[in-house]
Amino acid sequence: MNSMTSFIKKNLKQSSMVIALVLITLLFQVLTDGTLLKPLNITNLILQNSYILILAVGMVLVIITGHIDLSVGSVAAFVGAISAILMINMEMNPVLATIICLAVGALIGAWQGFWIAYVGIPAFIVTLAGMLLFRGLTLVVLQGQSIAPYPESFQKISNGFLPDVFGGTDIHILSIIIGVAVSLILIGLEIKGRNNQLRYNFEVGSKGLFYAKLVAIFAVVNTFTYVLATYKGLPNILVILFAIIVAYTFVMKKTIIGRHVYAVGGNLKAASLSGVQTKKVTFGVFVNMGVLAALSGLIFAARLNAATPRAGNLFELDAIAAVFIGGASAYGGVGTVVGAVIGGLVMGVMNNGMSILGLGIDWQQAIKGLVLLVAVAFDIINKKKS
Amino acid sequence: MKSESTILEMKSITKEFPGVKALDNVNLKVVEAEIHAICGENGAGKSTLMKVLSGVYPYGTYEGEILFKDQLCEFKDIKQSEDLGIVIIHQELALIPELSIAENIFLGNEQARKGVINWNETISKARELLNKVGLQESPNTLIKDIGVGKQQLVEIAKALSKNVKLLILDEPTAALNENDSENLLNLLMELRTQGMTSIIISHKLNEIKKVANSVTIIRDGQSIETIATADITEDRIINGMVGRSLTNRYPERQPNIGETFFEVKHWNTYHPIQSERQIVKDVNLHIKKGEIVGIAGLMGSGRTELAMSIFGKSYGKKTSGEVYKDGKQLDLSTVSKAIKEGIAYVSEDRKEYGLILMNDIKENISLASLNKIASKNVINDSKEYVVAEEYRTKMNIKTPSVNQTVGNLSGGNQQKVVLSKWMFSEPDLLILDEPTRGIDVGAKYEIYTIMNELASQGKGILVISSELPEIIGMCDRIYVMSEGQITGEVEKADATQEVLMKYMTNSRG
Repeated sequence: MNSMTSFIKKNLKQSSMVIALVLITLLFQVLTDGTLLKPLNITNLILQNSYILILAVGMVLVIITGHIDLSVGSVAAFVGAISAILMINMEMNPVLATIICLAVGALIGAWQGFWIAYVGIPAFIVTLAGMLLFRGLTLVVLQGQSIAPYPESFQKISNGFLPDVFGGTDIHILSIIIGVAVSLILIGLEIKGRNNQLRYNFEVGSKGLFYAKLVAIFAVVNTFTYVLATYKGLPNILVILFAIIVAYTFVMKKTIIGRHVYAVGGNLKAASLSGVQTKKVTFGVFVNMGVLAALSGLIFAARLNAATPRAGNLFELDAIAAVFIGGASAYGGVGTVVGAVIGGLVMGVMNNGMSILGLGIDWQQAIKGLVLLVAVAFDIINKKKS
Repeated sequence: MKSESTILEMKSITKEFPGVKALDNVNLKVVEAEIHAICGENGAGKSTLMKVLSGVYPYGTYEGEILFKDQLCEFKDIKQSEDLGIVIIHQELALIPELSIAENIFLGNEQARKGVINWNETISKARELLNKVGLQESPNTLIKDIGVGKQQLVEIAKALSKNVKLLILDEPTAALNENDSENLLNLLMELRTQGMTSIIISHKLNEIKKVANSVTIIRDGQSIETIATADITEDRIINGMVGRSLTNRYPERQPNIGETFFEVKHWNTYHPIQSERQIVKDVNLHIKKGEIVGIAGLMGSGRTELAMSIFGKSYGKKTSGEVYKDGKQLDLSTVSKAIKEGIAYVSEDRKEYGLILMNDIKENISLASLNKIASKNVINDSKEYVVAEEYRTKMNIKTPSVNQTVGNLSGGNQQKVVLSKWMFSEPDLLILDEPTRGIDVGAKYEIYTIMNELASQGKGILVISSELPEIIGMCDRIYVMSEGQITGEVEKADATQEVLMKYMTNSRG
């Protein structure tokens, strides 16, 4: 009996962020008279938030290990600037330039990771220094000016859509097919997971609830792709984003590396005495953050079609807020990739909704700040109760 | 004793948590100016009872009555109980390391006028209190610069500054060595002659026997009996605690000792910060298959440092020496190499060094051997679950599910999780550092049984312990350490507390 209630509680907590996202979406849908969920706007929402979501995925790993990274906005800007030099000034092949830029991101991550993991300087200080350093270097590289325009093929990362190989006219058929396929795979995984749990006599929810969940998954995914299909179909960036989320969720949930990241954040000393190479893990997490920050910078530059000195300003705070709204603990050891993405979407929907409503940037900031505080307070109060 | 007046009476206290009755009709009567011990297994409800008494659980959340000096008490918080002179010193000390002794003593009770602290008064009063508890330290010394034993005395000085009438100590000697424990107990007896009443919660039966005027035994949330001075014996207490008599505190074992398989030669290590300070000096030791070897020594003798420096250099600097297993020299430069070579180290502080408290049981058990449940770096959840379940049954970890968070388990069960983790790594040599610290008699017996079983499988076991009876009761052979050196090697047949003590306090120049 006791375990049953705790089971329900645990699941409620996991889905509370999803519920919050749904409620916020519905709220703005009503307030904006249905503009929020129009196909064009949903597409915009994805394009606008993709670079924050990618940062949030990297940031959740950093925060799980008990650190923080304040430099990601500046790193994104710096890498954007380098990409402009390579592709626009030097007319380098975009693919090669992209690879070089990601490598630069990895190097920056390694630089910061070295000071944090091996020298033992707190991440707050190292990345605060990085924030100033790379913002400054961005200005140096760009000589204080914006550089534009990018080659068209590079812009496609952010502004392009999947081509419709089936040649639909009113509707993007490939998108519909992908939607059906993805939802079926998700349902298959759910069923497999549940069967596995049953086989080992885990506690599982009621059958009715489970089927309701499957129907919901199918409905949400397909409605989503259908709505997008009525506009221009699936944006390229959504595919990249989806791949990143799936890959990182898998790594964090299913692999030894993921388990080690959680262990380092949960109890550094115990992890180290259990054979986890804690310094390497910390170092690796920052290298990874560097790469994702670079990717985020590239996507932002492609979307803007320019590298600007102020690019990526305050991105770090949006990403950190997303991670905490998504249920990560500031003390380390707790957090999920999916949670961080949902947290990022909560922020994104609010930004977008408030913009449609015509609210000024001043009030938007203030409201976002309050939402962050309330979300984390809710989480902590909830934990105290249990 | 002067007059036999009752200072505290707790009548039929019942405290329920959702789903569990932690206390069921508990009665406790404490006489003025006595030391009253409370005994019980972990999870029996001792701490809950003290939390009810001190107002941590406010009036109304429990049933029953508390009478202090014949007055009915309805504490809403700790402040109210402290105002009446009931002060509790928790097992985890509540001192701030970066503040001085004086600042800590008067923390929350600052000697101040209109918010401005009078430092002269603070220091002189602190000095007075330190004299009272027999601590020769300047009031300006920082807490982090004194040992745990002295910190415990500061806690008592802090309690005295609050005009304490009834002092409650939760496992006060758990982290102390013999010397410091002795001091503390003497102080309590000294304070008793001055009329102070104390309640002491302890697992150390010999200490209880030494200081307590009466003992109340709690088992499964119920008060079983109160024993008066004349009748206090260790057997009687154990009998009451476990509800059966443990005729032998150490399980029977037929040692089946094979050949020497593990050797440490000329082992040296230095302090990680003060790099000229040598902590372990030219240690040589060997362990045979199926043998349980003990390391006895006072705190600070270098026992833990020896073990940790062998286990993947997890302690110390400039570590040198050779380790051989089955005649082959080992490379133990990192923990993961040590694990691969079949060494496991169960640390003395399981919460700090052994467990990830926020994770569940299965994740803790698998952490050191993830390779065994993974293929190509991908963890097989089902395998992990099956393994964890296996150990839950085998080790008798009392929990409904291996998905339970480790932080919610009792000390004994947490220790079993740590042991499971290292048994799953299938070591040839298991190093146990204070394996039974802070766990109750029943769980201790279970852990001894596990040790014996591992030895009978031909594994070597190295036990570090501060409890001499435990070392003598369990080990086939005992090394004694003092000041970083091995000062003696004693066979089981020759081992007595006196012999070991002599080597422990002896330095070999």
